[in-house]
Amino acid sequence: MAGGSRLRRNLMVYGKWFAMKLIRLCTLLLALSIVSFCLISLSPIDPVQAYIGADAMRVSPEQRQEIAAYWGLDDPPVMRYLHWASAILRGDMGTSMLYRTPVADVIGERFLHSAALMAVAWLASGVIGLALGIVAAAHKGRWPDRLITWYCYTIASTPAFWIGLVLLVVFAVWLGWFPVGLAVPAGVLAAEVTLLDRIHHLILPALTLAMVSIAPIALHTREKLLAVLSSDHVLYARARGEKGYALIMRHGLRNILLPAITLQFTSFSELFGGAVLTEQVFSYPGLGQATVAAGLGGDVPLLMGIVLCSALFVFTGNLIADALYKLVDPRMRKGGDG
Amino acid sequence: MRRSIPPGADRSRNRPLNLRRSTLLIIAGTALMLLAILIIGLLIDEQSLVTQPQLRNQAPSPSHWFGTDWLGRDMFARTMKGLLLSIRVGLFGAVASTLLALTFGLLAATGGKRVDRFISWLIDLFLSVPHLVTLIMIAYISGGGLRGIVIGIALTHWPSLARVLRAEAMQIRQAEYVRISERFGKSRFWIARHHVLPHLLPQLMVGFLLLFPHAILHEAAITFLGLGLSPHQPAIGIILNESMRYLSTGMWWLAIFPGISLIIVVRLFGMLGERLGMLLDPRRAHE
Repeated sequence: MAGGSRLRRNLMVYGKWFAMKLIRLCTLLLALSIVSFCLISLSPIDPVQAYIGADAMRVSPEQRQEIAAYWGLDDPPVMRYLHWASAILRGDMGTSMLYRTPVADVIGERFLHSAALMAVAWLASGVIGLALGIVAAAHKGRWPDRLITWYCYTIASTPAFWIGLVLLVVFAVWLGWFPVGLAVPAGVLAAEVTLLDRIHHLILPALTLAMVSIAPIALHTREKLLAVLSSDHVLYARARGEKGYALIMRHGLRNILLPAITLQFTSFSELFGGAVLTEQVFSYPGLGQATVAAGLGGDVPLLMGIVLCSALFVFTGNLIADALYKLVDPRMRKGGDG
Repeated sequence: MRRSIPPGADRSRNRPLNLRRSTLLIIAGTALMLLAILIIGLLIDEQSLVTQPQLRNQAPSPSHWFGTDWLGRDMFARTMKGLLLSIRVGLFGAVASTLLALTFGLLAATGGKRVDRFISWLIDLFLSVPHLVTLIMIAYISGGGLRGIVIGIALTHWPSLARVLRAEAMQIRQAEYVRISERFGKSRFWIARHHVLPHLLPQLMVGFLLLFPHAILHEAAITFLGLGLSPHQPAIGIILNESMRYLSTGMWWLAIFPGISLIIVVRLFGMLGERLGMLLDPRRAHE
């Protein structure tokens, strides 16, 4: 009986917490859309001109007027925003000027490619980074530690796209092991692309992204583990004769695993940024490449859509991290809203 | 447990430098190297950037350390000019975002609850979108050019530093002497100016130096994506972007040397910031 009521109370608490988060997300997206809309309408770039592009000579001033009227560019900005926002609420994000298809379709299709890339890199960097951090902390001050920290600090000051370039030169140009770019082989029908082809094209970009993402998680793990290892209960364990990796697994890992996992979830923002650069190097047709194309080509509907979607992506990561803390960590569970 | 001390374990006598001195040496060394890069970049005149068609596609040699590109331009000169540009953009961006961070951090800590809540919300808002997406959007909005990059970097980098400064300022505000000062009827502005700001200066300095590498990396990223400057300007990102077209023909030096130079500069700034932080922060001085 008592257990049932406690469960119900817990569910209530979590439900309320989740509802608060949802409200927060809504206000965030609302503010974000207003701010970016204001900024874009302040831009000196004429959307009609951007739309016409190279055909500028063949379009008469009357036709420009018509395009502007058709798009509602003559309306005041507030009207335009309300128009756009109400369309978004109905699920219509507008039409991409570059791809001439609905923005939602472009983002959906591209996000699948990006998600594959980011998921592989995210998992790999999480596991390898954690392992490297543990190794570094276990050998504090000796060469494995020095090597790993040196790698982490150097990679943290290396642009992601340069790592991609180096991998491209070594593995695709010199050794010829991997294709130079794209997500599928060129000149092959979409139906004939095999899973193996996709994986073959995914390896180098994913490796690039993973190499970059390892650094923060490894350094974080190393620092946390060192703090744990210098604590009293580890000293006591050492005094009882425990040592080596068995000691770390038994007394260290439990303490550092949760922060490491949550850090990995809160790194979605950097992951997305890294994916933008990586995709550009490997001509990988993901959301990042679309972002760059939208920025270069002045594709405002697509750019706005991507801004909102990437914010949603980052928010989801942070939400999972918070939820993990709340659900898994017994201290947080008792302490109410911490 | 007794530990026997082997002979020679007391190395403090034959160790020539203590930690503080070696830290100071590293600071001086990194600062000197950065200064050297700056001076080399300033000394290289536009003459060495001209195209020399007879010297096209040359591999690195004593006369052209970094080789030449497909137009016969000396890559060493271009790289150094690019680094100069990166440092300049990094400087502007870091100064602007440090000022923003200081303003917002101080306001949040001393302006009362409502202001604090608003600024926290603003920080969350700016952190909610990946930096690179914000940078791309701002570069598009400003219509390209150096200004867009600097504004973008300033706007994306202040929130994390502002958070640190806010937390620090909050702590100072709780201190006894600040409370007493409040009871004496000093204004919030006076307290912020005379009690809080002086304590924030070390943090500010280190934060500024640690913003630098990020700013430079983001400058390289945004010019690499082709969103900032026109292609004939020597920026590291543009050089690397152009090199992509020639990598498959085996001209590896176009990408390798400029990239390594950039890494060295970023790392030097990182080390400088880090060591200064160790020097200024008594809690970390023994690390």
